[in-house]
Amino acid sequence: MTSLIARSATAGYGQRVALRDADIELTGGELVAVIGPNGAGKSTLVRVLAGLLRPRSGAVTLDGVDLRALDRGRIARRIAVVPQVFDTLFPFSVREVVGLGRTARLGLLGRAGEADRVAVRRAMGELDLGALASRPIDALSGGERQRALLAMALAQEADVLLLDEPTAHLDPAHQQDTLALLRRLAAERQLVVMAVLHDLNLASALASRIVVVAEGRIRGDGPPSRVLNDELVRSVFGPRLVVLPGDPPFVLPRVGS
Amino acid sequence: MRVTLVFGVLLVVLAASVVVGVLIGAVAIAPGEIFGALFGNGDATTIAIVRDLRLPRVIGAALVGGALAVAGTLLQGLLRNPLADPYVTGTSAGASLGAVATIALGVTTPFILPLGAFAGAIVAVSLTWRLAALGGRTTVLSVLLGGVVLTSFAGALLTFLIVASDRVVPRLRAVIGWLLGGVSVLDSAELIVAAVVIGAGALLAIGLAPRLDAFAFGEETAATLGVDVDRTATVVLVTTAVLTAAAVALGGVVGFVGLVVPHALRPFVGAPHRGLVPAAFLAGAATLVLADVGARSVLAPSELPVGVITGAVGGPFFLAVLIREQRRMRV
Repeated sequence: MTSLIARSATAGYGQRVALRDADIELTGGELVAVIGPNGAGKSTLVRVLAGLLRPRSGAVTLDGVDLRALDRGRIARRIAVVPQVFDTLFPFSVREVVGLGRTARLGLLGRAGEADRVAVRRAMGELDLGALASRPIDALSGGERQRALLAMALAQEADVLLLDEPTAHLDPAHQQDTLALLRRLAAERQLVVMAVLHDLNLASALASRIVVVAEGRIRGDGPPSRVLNDELVRSVFGPRLVVLPGDPPFVLPRVGS
Repeated sequence: MRVTLVFGVLLVVLAASVVVGVLIGAVAIAPGEIFGALFGNGDATTIAIVRDLRLPRVIGAALVGGALAVAGTLLQGLLRNPLADPYVTGTSAGASLGAVATIALGVTTPFILPLGAFAGAIVAVSLTWRLAALGGRTTVLSVLLGGVVLTSFAGALLTFLIVASDRVVPRLRAVIGWLLGGVSVLDSAELIVAAVVIGAGALLAIGLAPRLDAFAFGEETAATLGVDVDRTATVVLVTTAVLTAAAVALGGVVGFVGLVVPHALRPFVGAPHRGLVPAAFLAGAATLVLADVGARSVLAPSELPVGVITGAVGGPFFLAVLIREQRRMRV
């Protein structure tokens, strides 16, 4: 089974350390939500796990192999990333964007083969993009664009799916649909799926495991019922939140002073 | 299907422009005589005009236009910038500085001029890449500002070289004419070498197509899609410099072809570079052949450098695109 593991990974940009001594072990089948305040290091965690940012100390291994030993093409065949920012000035159609997911698998001359076409068609079907296939990507609504991005990542046919705020531009129904799809993919294909989420209740309701990041450190890691407790939530997100215990627990704003 | 149609149209237009380019010239020759002369029939003067003057010039213009359009497509894709091309980024200016430097230094080794042009182009285009990446994200305007700086810097050095070098002065008229963009003096050996170099550059550009597509969404996304960002950028920059240097060595500095052609083609062939690059080559070739016909006809029997025509048409086009892009993305 696929495993993506970070061992005491410390990483940052220039002088600034954005992630400190992170230990995390991801295995196929679960949907892991990463939560934490703005600037906590969530995106840095995604970038380190994707091999985009090299840890200054510590290491990230995929099935026991250090990511530093793999080139970008090999990593891309195993790890797909759904980025937070995705825009272009050029008129790519939805089908063409989804097709970009096959970049690392194209033949020597860059031609798409039958396997590529099948993967693109399947990914578009899974996200219900058939009717939008020929539309330019910049003519889509935020939700449609998010679905196209997710389809691009699925077309990559990787074993690991890392998503940086995949539900940021979605309405509640689409947020729920997206996470339900991720959960199903994780279970059915034994994919490693980790998503940065801002909605604590969405994470609580749909993720099988929650990782809490604050000030560059991993402060909690476990099932929602254990991680989302009053003490941890208040110390990380501030005192104005209340946790309603349960399975799953819910987090509400405290009303009044 | 539609793309096949576009390629058919482009091939027909290119063929037609080549025919027009050979038919039209300072000396009026009947079409029948021209086609005879192409195969060596008719009087010696007509054969000389057609085979030694018009045909090389038309082929030269086609090569220059194709090379610039492909180089522009590569730069636009790499920099994620619909306003980039060898001219506005200062790559052409760097190439012309390198070329004039070889004349000024009096180096006479064969093909030293294109090599000098390549050296200037690779320095300029690498600087463009560095400047564009300053501050993290490549923005449309930083590329243009970098181009302005590079062009005026190269221009200053060029003027210095022209004034300071007594080797340039005797050839001043030729150098100035060449700097303005003209494809008039071409010998066949030069043309064959240029055709091989430009053809290889264009094929390499087609091979880079899938990676350029991934670049359209940013370097980080390109990396997660499996593209080795640094290596790809290096190959794209070198290819761009080769194409620009070959074009400048053949025809001097010709502005805006590289900018206008890919931009105008995207609505028809789409954004993916697999179709865009070859379409740009064909359309760029046809465009410059026709522009050269214009350069020969506007003030006939005097000839204008072809750069005057592309500048006069391309400048306003560039402004229109700039205004539209500014509205669209508030650069």
